[in-house]
Amino acid sequence: MSARVVHIAANTFREAVRDRVLYNLIAFALLMSAAAVLVGQISIGIERLVVVNLGLTAVSLFGVVIAAIIGISLVSKEIEKRTLYTVLSRPVHRWEFIVGKFLGLAGTLVVNTFFMAVGVFAALLYVGHGFQSGDGWIVVALYFIILQFVVMTALALLFSSFSSPLLSAVFAFSLFVIGSFAEDLRGFAGMAQGLSRWLATAAAYLVPNLSSLNIISSVAHQQPVSTQLIFSNTLYALMYTGMALCGAVLVFERRNLK
Amino acid sequence: MKPSARITAIFTLVLLVCLVLSCCILRHLDSLRSQATLEEVLYIPSPKVVKRLSLGYDGLLADVYWTRAVQYFGNKHHLGSRDYQLLAPLLEITTALDPHLIVAYEFGANFLAPPPPNGAALAQRAVQLVEYGIRNNPDEWRLYYNLGFIYYMELKDYAKAADAFARGSKAPNAHPALTIMAAEMAQHAGELEMARMMWTTAYQSTRDRNVRANAITHLRALRVDQDVTVLEKLITDYHQKTGHLPSSFGDLKAAGMLRAVPVDPFGDPYKLAPGGRVEVREPDDFPFITKGTPPGYVPPPPKFRASDFGAS
Amino acid sequence: MAAIEILGLEKTYSVGFWRKRPKCALRPLHLNVQQGEIFGFLGPNGAGKTTTLKLLMGLVFPTGGSARILGKEINDPEMKAQIGFLPEQPYFYDYLTANELLEYYAQLSGVAAPERQRKVRYMLGRVGLQDAAAVQLRKFSKGMLQRVGIAQAILHDPKVVFFDEPMSGLDPMGRREVRDLMEELKRQGKTVFFSTHILSDAESLCDRVAIIHKGELQGVGAVADLTSSVEGKVEILWHGSAVPPSLKGLTAECHAIGDTVRAVVREANQDAAIDTLRREGLRIISVTPVRVSLEEYFVRKLKVCEIAAGISS
Repeated sequence: MSARVVHIAANTFREAVRDRVLYNLIAFALLMSAAAVLVGQISIGIERLVVVNLGLTAVSLFGVVIAAIIGISLVSKEIEKRTLYTVLSRPVHRWEFIVGKFLGLAGTLVVNTFFMAVGVFAALLYVGHGFQSGDGWIVVALYFIILQFVVMTALALLFSSFSSPLLSAVFAFSLFVIGSFAEDLRGFAGMAQGLSRWLATAAAYLVPNLSSLNIISSVAHQQPVSTQLIFSNTLYALMYTGMALCGAVLVFERRNLK
Repeated sequence: MKPSARITAIFTLVLLVCLVLSCCILRHLDSLRSQATLEEVLYIPSPKVVKRLSLGYDGLLADVYWTRAVQYFGNKHHLGSRDYQLLAPLLEITTALDPHLIVAYEFGANFLAPPPPNGAALAQRAVQLVEYGIRNNPDEWRLYYNLGFIYYMELKDYAKAADAFARGSKAPNAHPALTIMAAEMAQHAGELEMARMMWTTAYQSTRDRNVRANAITHLRALRVDQDVTVLEKLITDYHQKTGHLPSSFGDLKAAGMLRAVPVDPFGDPYKLAPGGRVEVREPDDFPFITKGTPPGYVPPPPKFRASDFGAS
Repeated sequence: MAAIEILGLEKTYSVGFWRKRPKCALRPLHLNVQQGEIFGFLGPNGAGKTTTLKLLMGLVFPTGGSARILGKEINDPEMKAQIGFLPEQPYFYDYLTANELLEYYAQLSGVAAPERQRKVRYMLGRVGLQDAAAVQLRKFSKGMLQRVGIAQAILHDPKVVFFDEPMSGLDPMGRREVRDLMEELKRQGKTVFFSTHILSDAESLCDRVAIIHKGELQGVGAVADLTSSVEGKVEILWHGSAVPPSLKGLTAECHAIGDTVRAVVREANQDAAIDTLRREGLRIISVTPVRVSLEEYFVRKLKVCEIAAGISS
């Protein structure tokens, strides 16, 4: 059983690579190089700050877009193109299919982020003429960004399991934006009254808490990150991903394929 | 032929467990990061940068920062904190993003200017904030009022206060009090009646809960100050007349100087303290009073009563 | 144990956005297929053939009834390991090569690792794709894709094989190869269940057929039994140059070739026609029964049910 999941994951990874998704790395590399070279001429004294801010923001945005777009097409495309028929007529459980797809895409994103991280550190090395001890926290920021990808991938898979690619994309991006303000949403909810308070609170807890996974500005200022935060964020991402994946499985198990 | 019941059960169970756990962890995360969204403000070089980065969604972002400012202040005030260092940047960013958010300027006037624990003791910065507001909203009488308010209450610059009220009285739909205060300022600055008028106008000019609660609390304090002054004067008169201090308010009543035992705004009777002094029964109930407290009394950080927030 | 038992399988869709109207794709179907048979599932387009196959594969959930394959329930992984499926106009992951695709499917079917390479190579050779093994599927022609489809369906040596329109889009050579393959599968003791609307293929290959029209089963049985139920025709050849007028009423088709006339009459009128010719003094060359084709049976059956539908609606 678990072997099939691994095979599906490996095939998904192969698909992403051959789909030329990883070419986005080229665009990213160009961006980072341009930034590294130009930043020294635009703003003296805060080169490292700009490189870290820009680099990590780019990693985050590129990755979320990839996660959403590929995650959405993972299931929809297979249903549209009917490549699923010959897969599901084999002894493959539908849930194994979803989980395998998820792991494959998550793996792709981790690899992608790794290469991007190299780019960020290279640019930092160039403008900063060496690393400082505070730069180590950038790795934590990158880890949190990967957690963001994992959550977004699971969400994209969930939407993809029941709605059209276009609608899924809309939902996924909306949740990304709202999730980035999740802490403020809980603040709004706390100040509301009556029925809207209940609704806002429910929404605030169901929306993915991406704001706590975004520590880019504090890392750019070389602020340390507490282990408690790392631990809690990891656990949260796992729970939320689990929730979204279970939802995807439950929907997909019932779906009539056209 | 239906989807497997076992798989449905397992995954539903896991989903529910994950849901519950994720909510619990969220609460924990919020407590860990209670200051995080706010402290990000410190990393922002300037409000202009935020405006540029907001990609045109200024209004929404202004609302977000406004909410953060209110929450920040509310939490700090509730805890009786003396440190409001983030309030100024938060308000400045809010108003940079949305210069027409009048309530932000009112908030600044009421809570940026006064000293801790009721404010951030940044009167000059508050003045700059409100002046920026006036530049962007020249017909908004409330802003002129707030400017005069800061000059009067914190900076004690009565000339500038009068000037601000005078300008404001010319704005459309201006509250009539502005004209009166501009006129009376020269003669009656520093008097109880002026202060009362100012707080009453503050209360009437805003819909913000915090500002209203602040105004009510101050008005109550003024009432107590006035009562205590009057009562102590009566006691002095009694002393002059009879040669000794009254032992209770009953004596004053018997002497025809009082109609009934005097009570404070909450209905508790005032205390007659030794040395001809009058005190309130619960000084902690009356933040901001300058009279009627026992000697050596150190006021705790001011708290607003829940009923003051809800008053309309 | 029957290879396939369909017990009242039914599928109704709700169509429409606001007011959902039910659309019946398959009325309760009862069908049994024995092991080792080649079974043809015939019907015009939209009859419900693909729906039935999707129901059997567990791709779509029935609104009623059930089915068993090799005695096990649908969606039982143990059962799925023993069946193969070729869908209609299949798509495969076009970024994979034929080799990789079959290898992947072998993994999913639970073929043991040491066996996989060997089986894949063998299968590619069997369907004639050994030269294109390393080519990406996006470069394959339709015929090549069909062959890959067949390869993946029988790769893991299944006991029952399901083909949906296996000959569609193939040239005559390709169709021949598929027919030969199906017969070979039968020789190996496998059961083949295939749907098609090309009746001539079914006629030559199938042991038994079922005919379905508008979601309803119209007839099941061996080809010979079905065709024999249709009233036969008889072909009469005689020396002559014209058709006697008395015969004209009995026959619909006749034409003269040289000094021979050929007429086709219904079996019931055979004796009357022969008597007429003898009365006319014409020399009869031959009287031969014309084999009723399955197509004939098919068309008649469908006409009957159209009329029945017309009466009832």
